[in-house]
Amino acid sequence: MIQAVMVISTQAKPRLLKFYNFQPPEKHQDLVRSVFQLLSARPDSVSNFVKVDSIFGPGTKMVYKHLATLYFVFVFDSSENELAMLDLIQVFVETLDKCFKNVCELDIVFNFNKLHTILDEMILGGQVIETSSEQIMKSVEEIERLEKQSSTTSFIPKSITERFTR
Amino acid sequence: MEQLRTIGRELAMGSQGGWGQSKEFLDLVKSIGEARSKAEEDRIIARELEHLKRRLADPDVPRRKMKELLLRLVYAEMLGHDASFGHIHAVKMTHDESLPLKRTGYLAVALFLDERHDLVILVVNTIQKDLRSDNYLVVCAALTAACRLIGEEAIPAVLPQVVELLAHPKEAVRKKAVMALHRFYQRSPSSVSHLVSNFRKRLCDNDPGVMGATLCPLYDLILEEPNSYKDLVVSFVNILKQVAERRLPTSYDYHQMPAPFIQIKLLKILAVLGSGDKQASGHMYTVLGDIFRKGDTASNIGNAILYECICCISSIFPNPKMLEAAAETTSKFLKSDSHNLKYMGIDALGRLIKINPDIAEEHQLAVIDCLEDPDDTLKRKTFELLYKMTKSTNVEVIVDRMIEYMINITDHHYKTEIASRCVELAEQFAPSNQWFIQTMNKVFEHAGDLVNIRVAHNLMRLIAEGFGEEDEGADSQLRSSAVDSYLRIVGEPKLPSSFLQIICWVLGEYGTADGKYSASYIIGKLCDVAEAHLTDDTVKAYAISAILKIFAFEIALGRKIDLLPECQTLVDELSASHSTDLQQRAYELQALLGLDKNAVESVMPADASCEDIEVDRNLSFLNSYVQQALENGASPYIPESERSGVISVGSYRSQEQQETSAHTLRFEAYEMPKPSLPLATSQTSISTPTTDLVPVPETGYYKEDHQTSRSQPPGDAVSGEFGVKLRLDGVQKKWGRPTYSSSTPSSSTSSQQTTNGTSHSDGGGSSSQPRESSYGSKRQQGTEVSAEKQRLAASLFGSAAAKADRKAQASRKTAKDSPSTEKVATTNVTAQPVKEQVIPAAPPPDLLDLGDEPVSSNPPLADPFSQLEGLLGPASAAPVLSGTPATGASKAPDLMSIFSDDVPTGVASGSTDPTLGDVNSTSSHKGATAVASKKGPSLQDALQKDATARQVGVTPTGNNPNLFKDLLG
Repeated sequence: MIQAVMVISTQAKPRLLKFYNFQPPEKHQDLVRSVFQLLSARPDSVSNFVKVDSIFGPGTKMVYKHLATLYFVFVFDSSENELAMLDLIQVFVETLDKCFKNVCELDIVFNFNKLHTILDEMILGGQVIETSSEQIMKSVEEIERLEKQSSTTSFIPKSITERFTR
Repeated sequence: MEQLRTIGRELAMGSQGGWGQSKEFLDLVKSIGEARSKAEEDRIIARELEHLKRRLADPDVPRRKMKELLLRLVYAEMLGHDASFGHIHAVKMTHDESLPLKRTGYLAVALFLDERHDLVILVVNTIQKDLRSDNYLVVCAALTAACRLIGEEAIPAVLPQVVELLAHPKEAVRKKAVMALHRFYQRSPSSVSHLVSNFRKRLCDNDPGVMGATLCPLYDLILEEPNSYKDLVVSFVNILKQVAERRLPTSYDYHQMPAPFIQIKLLKILAVLGSGDKQASGHMYTVLGDIFRKGDTASNIGNAILYECICCISSIFPNPKMLEAAAETTSKFLKSDSHNLKYMGIDALGRLIKINPDIAEEHQLAVIDCLEDPDDTLKRKTFELLYKMTKSTNVEVIVDRMIEYMINITDHHYKTEIASRCVELAEQFAPSNQWFIQTMNKVFEHAGDLVNIRVAHNLMRLIAEGFGEEDEGADSQLRSSAVDSYLRIVGEPKLPSSFLQIICWVLGEYGTADGKYSASYIIGKLCDVAEAHLTDDTVKAYAISAILKIFAFEIALGRKIDLLPECQTLVDELSASHSTDLQQRAYELQALLGLDKNAVESVMPADASCEDIEVDRNLSFLNSYVQQALENGASPYIPESERSGVISVGSYRSQEQQETSAHTLRFEAYEMPKPSLPLATSQTSISTPTTDLVPVPETGYYKEDHQTSRSQPPGDAVSGEFGVKLRLDGVQKKWGRPTYSSSTPSSSTSSQQTTNGTSHSDGGGSSSQPRESSYGSKRQQGTEVSAEKQRLAASLFGSAAAKADRKAQASRKTAKDSPSTEKVATTNVTAQPVKEQVIPAAPPPDLLDLGDEPVSSNPPLADPFSQLEGLLGPASAAPVLSGTPATGASKAPDLMSIFSDDVPTGVASGSTDPTLGDVNSTSSHKGATAVASKKGPSLQDALQKDATARQVGVTPTGNNPNLFKDLLG
């Protein structure tokens, strides 16, 4: 099971945090910090796997990818395959790239809700459900389309619609 | 500076409208980016949160704006600020009708809350409603939220709807419904158990995606009880076969591999189902063989599947042919340049050696390379492997290596782990006690605080008991060498507490035994220890007890003793200590000094730490006393079983009677039964003989002491103490009874009375694990760990095959020959070189048996590698060429093609990029791509090509040219 997906900038800023096992919000920053410490201490051109039992509990492993100014981090337990997780990161990044056309850190900062949408299409409840970036893109585009349709009416102030719904 | 540049880009994006985020959000991000300190950032976000608080509560905010406000709130929370005030707004938003708002609401709720949160109850109703929605996106959003937010109590509320959705026309919904059900199963298996059959049904879903999703819950279920799913083996094998044969639509391909994630899941499932089941495994061999044959070692995902295959093969009923294929793939992994593959190779090797330990030999040099690799992950994985393959023949080398590595790591968690592994291996396989003690010393010196205290007690016991052989001389030699080494070490600063305890105990027990050191010298050292560790009561207690022992031995030998001034100060200090235990020990020491020789000898016999102490459970020596008491009119003792609850007070009384001079107490017990009641219960709970505590007043000399000490705490506290004590004594017959001196401080005054050994509180309970008796094979082998890997390899692996011979005699030649003869079976080259081999033990040529002559003469380190690569080159180049002739050259162009659609857009957006043009990272990336492209053309060399392919495929760190090349221009 995948336990967490994190995107952390090389400046140690979290860009995306998603935990599939609930972690209280006040713990998030500690986790980010310890993961970042671990990552920044690792030289280039070593393996992309790290055991993280001290951070996420026994048996947990982490796969990361350092791309441009970002670390993409997946944390998971023994029921997943490290190399496959590495490819899952690849899928994620490929999808982002398709979605944003030349993704950069700023796209990710401003559209983290979009990232969540993409991730929700890929991973549900900690299990991988879709690994084709085309498929993911299709669903995401579909969602977008429908969102746009239904958002045409949304300029009315909240108070008014609330009155209607009541 | 870099941030400023990004802000430029940011503003450009803002004007484009980007993703519909407002200027305010841009400004927020911008100002956070510009913040120079954490404090400044905190201030900015605090201001933002204030603002959000106001706006969210404002009823006149347009709803579309609400979405953005909430997203800003999520952003602030992600940066680590408390935004709990907004949770209720998020919940409210899930009620909204418009899809984007609802989805945003669900997103925020799923991020903010967990199933135990109070607000979740408000969401459950919405989820329930949304699961029935006509809009499948709403249903999907609800399912996603359900996975996250529905706890055990709420499951029944949504379960019927989720089950209904399993038959939804949209496959995306079915897939998510399966996952939601799986999640419910994880949360609370009992509430979903009646629905488990649904997973089986979904396995036959028309949509491969849904089928793939179903594998996740099935895997969990099968892990739990494999036997009830054996009937599915054939189906799984069939599915796997179809997938591997590319029967699925090409949309399920990933990097030219057919549905790799489904394959991996299936292989995992088969591994569980086939484990130890010959019949089930029989179905799998063919398909596994197929996958191996088709295996694509050039791509990352191809290797992932191969690795999973190896795992599967090592788990199911072994088949020699399969194992061979697995070993072959493993060696490809190990010979790879990619750290990731080496890591997988080491892991795979660890699995395979469980079935066939000889496989490791072939890869000895590769393993040693991994051990010396700068990559920590790889190193740790390799230690894990070594740990698995430790035997009595290579334990010395492995443990030495581990300790060497342990010394330099700062990560406490891992240090603890590796220290305990060292201890475990040493305890299990130690070739000699001498070595064991030395090893333990090292472990304690560097990681003493992290090791279980039991280990320290074990070590003390070992030193005390010696080899367990008849040879007294060897034992005393061992002890004096221990004393020597401890005297050397003891002065060093920052020794861990548990190590100091051992040192003190050993010095006290054996410091003067061989007459090499004078009593005053040892005592001086012990005083130093006590002084240097003012805050550590346990160490001080050990030290003062050791001093006491030395005095006792001196007196027993009839020598005159003089109290050193520093020792006097120590005793004075301790007699005034806050710790009653230390006080007690100090007073005892003083009392002991005043005794005559005979008395001291019986109080503190020399080297008696291993003597078994007979516990007189019937307390026969008290018979006369009891008799007398009865004659004087005392009521007889009623056994516990015959007592009724009412009499418990009375029984307490009778115990009191035995304990001390009784008759007065009897009335007290009647007068105030309340306080005694809990006591009585506590004593009954101790079970059996409360009487045990009476052996205490054995020697007259100690009586005074008891009385003084007993006068301090109130009566029942003391007897309560006894109760505790007793329980520990009940766990008798443990080695840990060396002397009273090792009693833990917590056992306070009463423990002291048991001078002659009844207080084994320290190790008694915990150290039940006996040492493995593997000392028999005391082969001295590989003690000289030379820098040369060859030798290391020899000592690590070589012994495996030769094990049988070694028992008989340590003739190295035979040891050397036997593996080689075995090797002949697989290779025909090895036999020769072995004869010429000068280095004893183990045949390094094994590794190289693929190469030829040069092997014989201790090849240099680089040698094996070049050979491996030469070997690998053609092997892996072939599939690349044949498989994808169009892209033939390497993996790089392959990947590029994936992105080919993006290329034009990359050019188009080039105009905005110049802002980034001078960023450092950009240039580095350019460099990286340049290098990659340079590598591309020089393809004549098959080797190089292969290396590049690997690099591109698997090691993306820093420069994954394909992915971000076009991003950064």
